[in-house]
Amino acid sequence: MNRSAIDLWVGIFVAIGFGAILFLALKVGNLLTLDRTPGYHLEASFDNIGGLKLRAPVKAAGVVVGRVEAVRLDPKIYDAVVTLRIDQHYDFTKDTIASINTSGLLGEVYISLDAGGDPVMLKDGDRIRKTQSAVVIEKLISQFLFDKASGGAGGEAAAPVKSVEKPAGETKK
Amino acid sequence: MSAELTAGIAQLLRRIGGTVTGAASKLGFVSRFLLAVLWHTPGAFRRMHLTLREIYFAGVLSLVIILMSGLFVGMVLSLQGYETLKRYGAGEQLGILVALSLVRELGPVMSGLLFASRAGSAMTAEIGLMKTTEQLAAMEMMAVDPLARVVAPRFWGGVISMPLLAALFSAFGIFGGYIVGVPLIGIDAGAFWGQMKAGVDFWPDVTNGIIKSFVFGVAVSLIAVFEGYDAKPTAEGVSSATTRTVVMSSLAILALDFVMTVFMFRGASVV
Amino acid sequence: MSLPAKPSSSRTAEAIAACRVDPAAAAVELTDVSFAYDVRPILTGITMTIPRGKIVAIMGASGSGKTTILRLIGGQLRPKSGQVRVGGLSVPDLEPEALYELRRKFGMLFQFGALFTDMSVFENIAFPMREHTELPEELIRDLVLMKLHAVGLRGAAHLMPAELSGGMARRVALARAIALDPMLVMYDEPFAGLDPISLGVVGQLIRRLNDVLSITSVVVTHDVYESLKIVDYLYFVSGGRIVASGTPEEVRASGDPFVRQFIDGAPDGPVPFHYPAPAYREELFADVG
Repeated sequence: MNRSAIDLWVGIFVAIGFGAILFLALKVGNLLTLDRTPGYHLEASFDNIGGLKLRAPVKAAGVVVGRVEAVRLDPKIYDAVVTLRIDQHYDFTKDTIASINTSGLLGEVYISLDAGGDPVMLKDGDRIRKTQSAVVIEKLISQFLFDKASGGAGGEAAAPVKSVEKPAGETKK
Repeated sequence: MSAELTAGIAQLLRRIGGTVTGAASKLGFVSRFLLAVLWHTPGAFRRMHLTLREIYFAGVLSLVIILMSGLFVGMVLSLQGYETLKRYGAGEQLGILVALSLVRELGPVMSGLLFASRAGSAMTAEIGLMKTTEQLAAMEMMAVDPLARVVAPRFWGGVISMPLLAALFSAFGIFGGYIVGVPLIGIDAGAFWGQMKAGVDFWPDVTNGIIKSFVFGVAVSLIAVFEGYDAKPTAEGVSSATTRTVVMSSLAILALDFVMTVFMFRGASVV
Repeated sequence: MSLPAKPSSSRTAEAIAACRVDPAAAAVELTDVSFAYDVRPILTGITMTIPRGKIVAIMGASGSGKTTILRLIGGQLRPKSGQVRVGGLSVPDLEPEALYELRRKFGMLFQFGALFTDMSVFENIAFPMREHTELPEELIRDLVLMKLHAVGLRGAAHLMPAELSGGMARRVALARAIALDPMLVMYDEPFAGLDPISLGVVGQLIRRLNDVLSITSVVVTHDVYESLKIVDYLYFVSGGRIVASGTPEEVRASGDPFVRQFIDGAPDGPVPFHYPAPAYREELFADVG
């Protein structure tokens, strides 16, 4: 095996090796996606976020427009406050509803944004007023059993839409 | 207690102590060996053609087994995975299943094991044989340090080849998964790639896979060159050193994999 | 003639100065040298002098410690006590860099050759030149061919070591040992396993090269016939000690029982035939009665 043949094969090997790494990074992984694009932050608070995870997608009409960046518990009203990072290109109306959905029965949990008709748009740091919490299976089942027990036709399966009421004295920035 | 029993227990304790101190001193020796190899690295890179030659023997010649294994593992993963996923109506998630399994775990670990048994054992046998036929001693007497000329190039050849081989394993595995998933099983190609792209993050998934394969490369190459250099200069000595390389490398890969996985992916599913 | 050496990172001025040999001193001097692996003594009280330009043979039965003496001279082993001097320099006291510098002045022929199996004959001999000098390839090619010609194997330059016979491999290794025109060449069992013709060839080469290149040769061997033909002085080692020494004439005429047993090849004498064992009668009839 002479030297130039070895050099050639090693060169080919290293080239396809790096090609494989690039393939994994770009085609398989999402190296050049939303996390790098400029965006702004919105907040939303929920009774219950269910199985929502960090970096879960934020979708509008099924299109991914952002990611969940942070989740914390509001110590005063014991609600979950979720920070969303939305792609700069997309603006949402002030009366947008944020709801926590599951794709399929056992799929991933994501936040769905339904825009309304308000002419005013949400800005960086704004809070989404209307939110719909996650459906918790246990509550669903207990509600179903409860309704069954009381002989009723079954109550509402979905959690009611909740408006974020500002408690007296609390000021928004 | 009878005198024999106490003597027997004392003997057992002595042997346990001896094994532990023996293992500890061997670990110390291996660490010094690693430092010596690293120290001679500039020499290895000055003789670039030597290192290139070792990349050829360790990497290029492992390509066939790595690519074929990757392909088959990906195909089997796809097949088995789909059977389980479709029970929960999650058949479309096949892409993510195959990709994450390969990139995070199977790629680095399996290619590491294959590399250890193919290239690692070859390195050990080569160096051990050179020791047996006094070629290493001849080199020393000619004022050429065998660590710089024989050991370090092989070490770096292994370390450079491993991450590339692991990436190729994963890439071919994903391709194999695609072949089984889309044309054969009938999953939508867009769903396959789309779900995969959404679910596989460059960091931590791909990068941690690369880090793992790099660590495995260092471990396997170090064990291989050490066992060869340390082998008894007889036929059985070389053959038992070769076996030890494969066994120790495999154990090291699996143990390191566990430790690294704990650190890397522990936080992945935490909110 | 000494070849220009290549500056490498390990060559320091101190190292080069430290291994400057004394031209007046004997080539090799061992004074009351002892060596042991852990508790097993290999050599005890070895004293020998090897003058410049001479061929000295170290003879003894297998396992008597002859190869250990070579390793002590070459600095691969450190003596437990005593002095090992090469050209007046104390070998065990040299720093690693200085030791490497000194080794460039050595040539060593290992038992069975120890040729690098992944390189051709040409490349084996070019190896020390390429490693230690900055000579251009054309000059190296000429030098390699000259060395090969000296051992009669110029036509085998392109062969691989696996394709060589035992005698040819030994000769190539000899050419490699003299590649950098060393001042001291050590031969470890150069005659082992050779056919009569090759024996004669190797013996003659050792003698001729020693005289033509003005080098000093130390030959470790147990081949009596060849040694007596070519060497200037012999040392006999048994059980880790020097038991006899002398010129070939003195040795041939010697009445020393060990020398006589060795030269005549007698099975029993100072080196006993029987490995130490209990009395024969007792052992045979041990379980009777």
